[in-house]
Amino acid sequence: MTVEAELAARVAAGDRRALARLITWIEDDDLRAHAALAALYPRTGRAHIVGVTGAPGTGKSTLVSALAAEERKRGRTVGIISIDPTSPFSGGALLGDRIRMMEHIADPGVFMRSMASRGSVGGLSVATSDAVRALDAFGRDVVFVETVGAGQAEIDIVRTAHSVIVIEAPGLGDEIQAFKAGILEIADVFVVNKADREGADKTANALKVMLDVGNTMKQRRVPGPARAVAPSVEAFVHHGALAAFGLAKAYPPSSDSAEWRPPILKTVAAERRGVLEVVDALDAHWRHLRESGTITQRERERVEDEVRQLLGRTLIRRCVEASGAERYAALVDAVTARALDPRGAVEALIGAWRDVARGAQPKEAD
Amino acid sequence: MTETKKIRVLIAKPGLDGHDRGAKVVARALRDAGMEVIYTGLRQTPEMIVEAGLQEDVDCIGLSILSNAHGALFPRIVELLRAEGRSDILLFAGGIFPDEDVPEIKRLGFRGVFGPGSDTRDIAEFIRTEIAARGPVRG
Repeated sequence: MTVEAELAARVAAGDRRALARLITWIEDDDLRAHAALAALYPRTGRAHIVGVTGAPGTGKSTLVSALAAEERKRGRTVGIISIDPTSPFSGGALLGDRIRMMEHIADPGVFMRSMASRGSVGGLSVATSDAVRALDAFGRDVVFVETVGAGQAEIDIVRTAHSVIVIEAPGLGDEIQAFKAGILEIADVFVVNKADREGADKTANALKVMLDVGNTMKQRRVPGPARAVAPSVEAFVHHGALAAFGLAKAYPPSSDSAEWRPPILKTVAAERRGVLEVVDALDAHWRHLRESGTITQRERERVEDEVRQLLGRTLIRRCVEASGAERYAALVDAVTARALDPRGAVEALIGAWRDVARGAQPKEAD
Repeated sequence: MTETKKIRVLIAKPGLDGHDRGAKVVARALRDAGMEVIYTGLRQTPEMIVEAGLQEDVDCIGLSILSNAHGALFPRIVELLRAEGRSDILLFAGGIFPDEDVPEIKRLGFRGVFGPGSDTRDIAEFIRTEIAARGPVRG
């Protein structure tokens, strides 16, 4: 048995040291991770993957820890991946999310791993989805992915999730901040944490208003006359009434998010208040995804996105390898000196790879 | 490929003393030296530290202690790591230790013992040298 196959077998059998090592290989972009993940792939696709994002200081780690406790009460095993930023100056990282999650350390039903963002956004999302997959194959029922903070990069990461929680807290800026960050669109559940603080209702209301505005905009893309009310769970229930008026054909229920209106929930995660309701909402969303068939569509989009990302990374690696470090550097120099344009360099690199691919035996599948 | 291999260090405070300034200074310094540092906070039991080290698959664990409880806590941590088959993890200690205890701490398997006034750059260098001596591949 190869080292990779042995590790994969140990992960499948529930060995947490093997899981920890597999995630290390994934983070290091070690080729051994690829074979192990390939062996584990058929075991994946069972976990409910929950992304948790929001600005620094909103209480992501505290909420995840509280959610994990509630999931355990409901008899589910939990995996947690917490991402903290890598310093762009030293390449090091201080990973402190564990401080708020130590309550679970003695519970074998919770496995938590800290990951550093390691600079590259594309690389991060690949490593994150591979690490999630490792936890999925390990047999976790729910996997939480806690992101660095809020921003464009987070949106990519949470795409690996089935359900996305966006956390806000009162006093972190006006409602336009949420709008600017573009995180409204990705939320399946909104949480206003630290709800015992002044301004929590205002924050919740601002989110509600933004959500209504967003839905109005979404409706405009629907052909035909705009709907009178924002689509909500209730509106969907009343769909039968519309059918009675012969209007159903004009308003086909969208297979996408139109049926799911993200709830806005208030929590005080540090005191475990409101946490039950968040897990209820996650359960409802998970049920909704499966019953509406949306999960198939989401999964397909996610997989396609991943295949394209991997294709890009793999081609880059192979083209650079094929041309050799020296020639690669020479091409970059030539572009810098304006002797060659960037597309010319790309063509040369692809040419080098083609030559190698044609001449040589296929190498190891990486 | 080699550039992506990061040294991962767990900095932990076993026992009951609440003074973590030193641990934080070291954690910060190791981050600035390019390492990924997991900090677990105060008042950790040996079991908690070892479990965190396993899940995080660290190369190195640094223990900070100022309460003079090292005589009880350090051997327990070494024993737990051995039971988990992770005696390969590099151990070092920081804090205040009576001179006569240092040989015993080293005998337990702590490769480095850093008292007050230690230069954080020396700690980073110590870790890098020790890890390099252990071979490049995480099997």
